[in-house]
Amino acid sequence: MVLGRSFEDMCAQMYYRGKMFGFVHLYNGQEAVSTGFIKLLKQTDFVTSTYRDHVHALSKGVPARQVMAELFGKSTGCCRGQGGSMHMFSAEHGLLGGFAFIGEGIPVAVGAAFTSKYKREVLKEEGDMPVSIAFFGDGTANNGQFFECLNMAQLWKLPVIFVVENNLWAIGMSHYRSTSDPEIWKKGPAFGMASAHVDGMDVLKVREVAKEAVERARRGDGPTLIECETYRFRGHSLADPDELRAPAEKAHYAARDPIVALKKYLLDNEIATEAELKSIEKKIDEVVEDAVEFADASPLPGRSQLLENVFADPKGFGIGPDGRYRCEDPGFTAGTAQV
Amino acid sequence: MVRRRFSFGLVSRLSSPIYGRSPCSGGIWTPCLGQKRSFMTAKDLVESEEPEKKVTNRINMFSAINQALHTVLDSDPKSYVFGEDVGFGGVFRCTTALRDKFGRHRVFNTPLCEQAIVGFGIGLASMGNRAIAEIQFADYIFPALDQIVNEAAKYRYRSGNLFNCGGLTVRAPYGAVGHGGHYHSQSPEAFFCHVPGIKVVIPRSPSQAKGLLLASIRDPNPVVFFEPKWLYRLAVEEVPVDDYTLPLSSAEVMRKGSDITLVGWGAQLAIMEEACDEVSKLGISCELIDLRTLIPWDKELVEDSVNKTGRLLAPVTGGFGAEIAASITNSCFLRLQAPVSRVCGLDTPFPLVFEPFYMPTKNKIVDAIKASVNF
Repeated sequence: MVLGRSFEDMCAQMYYRGKMFGFVHLYNGQEAVSTGFIKLLKQTDFVTSTYRDHVHALSKGVPARQVMAELFGKSTGCCRGQGGSMHMFSAEHGLLGGFAFIGEGIPVAVGAAFTSKYKREVLKEEGDMPVSIAFFGDGTANNGQFFECLNMAQLWKLPVIFVVENNLWAIGMSHYRSTSDPEIWKKGPAFGMASAHVDGMDVLKVREVAKEAVERARRGDGPTLIECETYRFRGHSLADPDELRAPAEKAHYAARDPIVALKKYLLDNEIATEAELKSIEKKIDEVVEDAVEFADASPLPGRSQLLENVFADPKGFGIGPDGRYRCEDPGFTAGTAQV
Repeated sequence: MVRRRFSFGLVSRLSSPIYGRSPCSGGIWTPCLGQKRSFMTAKDLVESEEPEKKVTNRINMFSAINQALHTVLDSDPKSYVFGEDVGFGGVFRCTTALRDKFGRHRVFNTPLCEQAIVGFGIGLASMGNRAIAEIQFADYIFPALDQIVNEAAKYRYRSGNLFNCGGLTVRAPYGAVGHGGHYHSQSPEAFFCHVPGIKVVIPRSPSQAKGLLLASIRDPNPVVFFEPKWLYRLAVEEVPVDDYTLPLSSAEVMRKGSDITLVGWGAQLAIMEEACDEVSKLGISCELIDLRTLIPWDKELVEDSVNKTGRLLAPVTGGFGAEIAASITNSCFLRLQAPVSRVCGLDTPFPLVFEPFYMPTKNKIVDAIKASVNF
């Protein structure tokens, strides 16, 4: 959680210094959800996320260096600089992507869950059933894709967990003013699906509920819908002046900061000392600093990367008749790229 | 066709923009071009036919669109503006102050469901209302593509004119903005240009935007109105304060020339103008046409122009350029002195870091003009 928070704060700094660009959406305040769920997963499990995906990537195990490099658009980033802030992918860690478009990740998680179930039950592969988790927000819970996927997942009893990070706001639209029944967890039983509502600012409570859901999925008993009541401390994105939310609401949730709450719990129950916590924070700072240095020092992707990976076969598109990449053609720099 | 005197003030986009938070943006991020800024100041390109003295204001594009929406909601009590986040003014501020003035029952936020936004708009329009639906970014219009193509476009036809959804106008900001990446920069107008039954309109400047939007909303056919998001703040112009419309399906000659015809729309015209300026130093005289309405498009004007010049450089935003190229080749074949060429974005998804290489830049257009003229 601390890594997530420090990382996001550093992102903001780097953005305002001009090191990264584009639309960046920070996760401050919602760390308990990411940590609570993803830390229960194995490397073989899958996660799909939204455009607010930096911390999901970090929780899933993608090194901070790679995430920062991706944000800077460098070739050492997790997607070689092609994806940017909103599209973190990692085959190694089972991160099936951040998605700029809301709700697009949910069907992908359902498809991954189907594969898990198929491999285990039909192809009789060994090992635990890999679970998929789809993270999305309250606004997405009004989108058609969400409902379609709830139905499919429950119908076929797929090992997928739908996690709604209800932070009450979809850019400037209040959840209460755009949803007929604001209690999203109630939409699960409508499809016959197990569902729960949890305080998303308390990482231990989230973990409890998550454990149950993951176990249900691994047993093969089907999907779960979990609504996490959480809050984002910053605006929707780094371009959002965040004028619409009442200061009282912001203060209320700031008082429930998950990191502060967990610290208090650890200290109160003498599970850790102040010194240990401070040393963790120091280590995290070093990790984040190192990530920034690494990203800074990394090279920008070569221009040939622009034409790569449109299709499976680069020769079918990216490489010209003379056997070289089309963008190495001098005409490319002059401006008449005939692709 | 009314041709107006207008002035164009916009910030040119040169290479390697310096990104940062613009102090004048009111909180919304805009590319801050820093020291590399250059202004194209007032250009009186076309003589006006009627020397009327109109009261004008110097405003940018989102303000012009905002004025148009105020005008419509004022004049027609059965008109509605809805979409994601339109209540507080919208992410591009086009709907500022509408809710305060006209009330929540006429200007309201919808949940996040584009398919339903447009479908609901079709329902409203079929009941005789003016439904102005906003899709937050044109990239998000695809869930609504089914409703637009299968329902809106065919409504009048399949009901034998018993019902129609002519009151529907779908507004969406489109186009590259410098930092948008894959899903905030697409130009999907070509998808809609293959659907008979709807109109597609794209303005190039604030005064055009106001007039064309008013015309689109009042047109008795469903219209998809794409607004070049890059120009929302950057394009500043003298815009008449009163209620005026510009004709649809009528292209406009922005610059007369004799060697080659360039056809374009939206934000790309600014880049094309720069290219025309550059080649005029080499003695090539370009005729620049703003198509304004993509379907149904003003074929006659473009044909007349090509018959005069003998060469055509078709739209730089690709896609629909194919239709124009084919049509002109068919009608002006014997007159053409060079193949019709197109300068567009590359055949890849809209890239993130590589945007400067992907875009049809001034240099690419200049090269294409020279190649065509020297054919």
